Amino acid sequence: MINKLDRILPKVQKPARYTGGEYNQIVKDKSKVDVRVAFCFPDTYEIGMSNLGMRILYGVLNNKENVWCERVFAPWGDMEDEMRKAGVPLYALESKDPIKEHDIIAFSLGYEMAFIGLLNMLDLAGIPLRCEDRPDLKNLVIAGGSCAYNSEPLADFVDLFSIGEGEDMLCELTDLYAKAKKESWTKKQFLRSAADIEGIYVPSLYDISYNEDGTVSAITPLDGVRPVVTKRIVQDFENSYFPEKTIIPSTEIVHDRVVLELFRGCIRGCRFCQAGYVYRPVRRRSKETLVNHAINALKDSGYEEMTLSSLSTSDYRDLNELCDGLLDWCEPRKVSLSLPSLRADNFSIDLMHRVQRVRKSGLTFAPEAGSQRLRDAINKNVKEEDLINTCRIAFEGGWNSVKLYFMLGLPTETDEDVKAIAALADQVVYTWKRHASNKNRGVKITVSTSFFIPKPLTPFQWEAQDLMSEYRRKVELLASSMRTRAINYNWHDPETSYIEAVLARGDRRVGKVLEEVVRQGGRLQAWSEYFSYDLWMKAFETCGVDPDFYAARERSKDEILPWDMITAGVRKDFLWKEREAAYEGVITPDCRKQCTGCGANLIYKGGRCDE
Amino acid sequence: MNRILFEKTGMAKYISHLDLMRTMQRALIRAGFEIKHTQGFNPHPHMVFALPLPVGCESVCEIMDFELIGEKSDKEIVDGLNNSLPEGIRVLDAYTAERKLKELSLVEMEITYIYDREIGEAEADKLRELFSGQELIVNKKTKKGYADINILEMIDKIEISVYNKDEIKIGTVIAAQNPSLNPLLITAAVQNYAPEVYPDQVSYMRKAVFDNNKDIFK
Repeated sequence: MINKLDRILPKVQKPARYTGGEYNQIVKDKSKVDVRVAFCFPDTYEIGMSNLGMRILYGVLNNKENVWCERVFAPWGDMEDEMRKAGVPLYALESKDPIKEHDIIAFSLGYEMAFIGLLNMLDLAGIPLRCEDRPDLKNLVIAGGSCAYNSEPLADFVDLFSIGEGEDMLCELTDLYAKAKKESWTKKQFLRSAADIEGIYVPSLYDISYNEDGTVSAITPLDGVRPVVTKRIVQDFENSYFPEKTIIPSTEIVHDRVVLELFRGCIRGCRFCQAGYVYRPVRRRSKETLVNHAINALKDSGYEEMTLSSLSTSDYRDLNELCDGLLDWCEPRKVSLSLPSLRADNFSIDLMHRVQRVRKSGLTFAPEAGSQRLRDAINKNVKEEDLINTCRIAFEGGWNSVKLYFMLGLPTETDEDVKAIAALADQVVYTWKRHASNKNRGVKITVSTSFFIPKPLTPFQWEAQDLMSEYRRKVELLASSMRTRAINYNWHDPETSYIEAVLARGDRRVGKVLEEVVRQGGRLQAWSEYFSYDLWMKAFETCGVDPDFYAARERSKDEILPWDMITAGVRKDFLWKEREAAYEGVITPDCRKQCTGCGANLIYKGGRCDE
Repeated sequence: MNRILFEKTGMAKYISHLDLMRTMQRALIRAGFEIKHTQGFNPHPHMVFALPLPVGCESVCEIMDFELIGEKSDKEIVDGLNNSLPEGIRVLDAYTAERKLKELSLVEMEITYIYDREIGEAEADKLRELFSGQELIVNKKTKKGYADINILEMIDKIEISVYNKDEIKIGTVIAAQNPSLNPLLITAAVQNYAPEVYPDQVSYMRKAVFDNNKDIFK
């Protein structure tokens, strides 16, 4: 293999992505392990190696003596072309063995376009795409990650999904696999048994039937499997595995720094946000544990930068004390700290001054909607005065660049709400004029809008996405409402978001579209260099699938949704109540103020949310 | 000033020079060594590499200088770094730098041409002939665009021999700096002027570095 690679690597960009051999990679004797796992990230090395989940699961699996977990990434287009030309199948970085030799081929699905990456990687590996064409236990294809909550479009290709946090679940799964392999079980036997592991969903054990109008008429569990799969969580997050000793790439990646995970879940409940619902309940690590993890990870990595990671960093209860503890160690060693995911309402400028002493980089906030009415509807409980007040303090403190993120196409949105985005940005400019301590360098306000995608397991899972024409009209309206040159407006093209909306709430019938896109050469669809809207539209046509049925159709309350066999712990009727509250413009207080009884606490055995 | 001699072999040859600098910087931190930083607006660790190694070339004679804060024995430096480096990068020696890096003037390379067909002395002779003239012009990309250079002026010595019926080894001593000769240009010359002996696969190995008197530079 290495000889073959030496032929093609000199011809491709950034070859160090394809060599493995990094500091802390794990190499085992393959003759001495029971289960070989190829952990595949369906995007490039730079993206995949920046993913904390992958690092955690790599560590957890390799801590098991009988398992060897290796990494696999999607090659960039030039490398894929060379591999196909030279007959080099997709291989694992550590051993350079083709992944066809591995027992379990595991994929992490963080976004819908990864579905294409998964199929294309199987194809590049020479592994049949469809489950039925892989009769043996070997090459068991599994997937997890946030897109596994509705993985129905992949139901014909992936043997089983792990729903929720994988730390414990994957260990149980590899134990079962080792037993099955030793006792020569059939694949069918294994899958039936795996379906009893908490959090494991085996699509072939659920039969789906449809109504004449195309909606799902029934989801029938087969062979006695449980009707609903509840996602798995790590019960003892405080003591769960954190990758202090982790692979340090020899080439630059996107997040080239220590990532310290403060807590999981989010107290907020923004109604559009899938992460806010599916990662519940809130579980945190103590500041003492975090400081220990941080110091050990910095020492072993040699990184001089660390980022605090969570869904809403400023909601960490002891954030000030934690930062003090971290800075005590970091400052004398010139290690810098960055704090993403801060909220405009409880943002501490004092904290920002302390952690970003050297560079005053831009501040970024996501009000998501321009008007208070719409922010209430989506439960983004940020008030205009909070944002303006924060900007005032920042401008007084010498900052002169603010980025504001919004979504267009949110449920209940009117033209007035769209224009309110421009008015809010104007307010920020005005605040700068009144309060900036240093006006010499001018001010730069960047407004970005993206196209709202309704996601499964959120209160907006029943919503229609705006038509693309409507999104474009709103973009025009907003652009024409922007009056000052201090504001720079950019918007995402809607095509990708439209396709993502189809996949996000797709059912099993969308699977053949994915297969067709890959057959027609589709790959790396999360990248503008490779995304092709025409390719998708042709594939929908070829397969006789109407994309608007999935993206642009409002579902009724009693419709069986394709993902109804999956729950993240939050009850469906709670989601529906939240949806109704959105239409009434009524906010739901955050979990810290008052428990809403969403149901997620019930899967946290013996623990209490946000304690 | 501390100096290390290290090798960069196997798949590590695909690590670019910029990435190597980052990797060394992190390896020094991982080993628990503190090194002097540059002065200025954006201080960074002060490390000097004698000769940047082109991506795809292996080497057993790389040299890097830095200044440690605090006392460490040579052995501590070698062991500390070797526990902290990725596969393929190994420190062979650590010592106090006595000579200036600019005294390094020649590099010995071994270039291996691999053919998917059987070859012999006839092919080797073609290559010998190519490098025996007075002038061999190759178009080289420079900071200002492209320039024609005569690579023979930068080749001090070249020996060509056949191995195993499908390999030709080119042992050569070439200019290291001011200006340096990128060994990939030797193969570019073959591609231009003797395409019939252009290999199917090439490997490059930097074997030794010399001063003006052809003594090993340390």
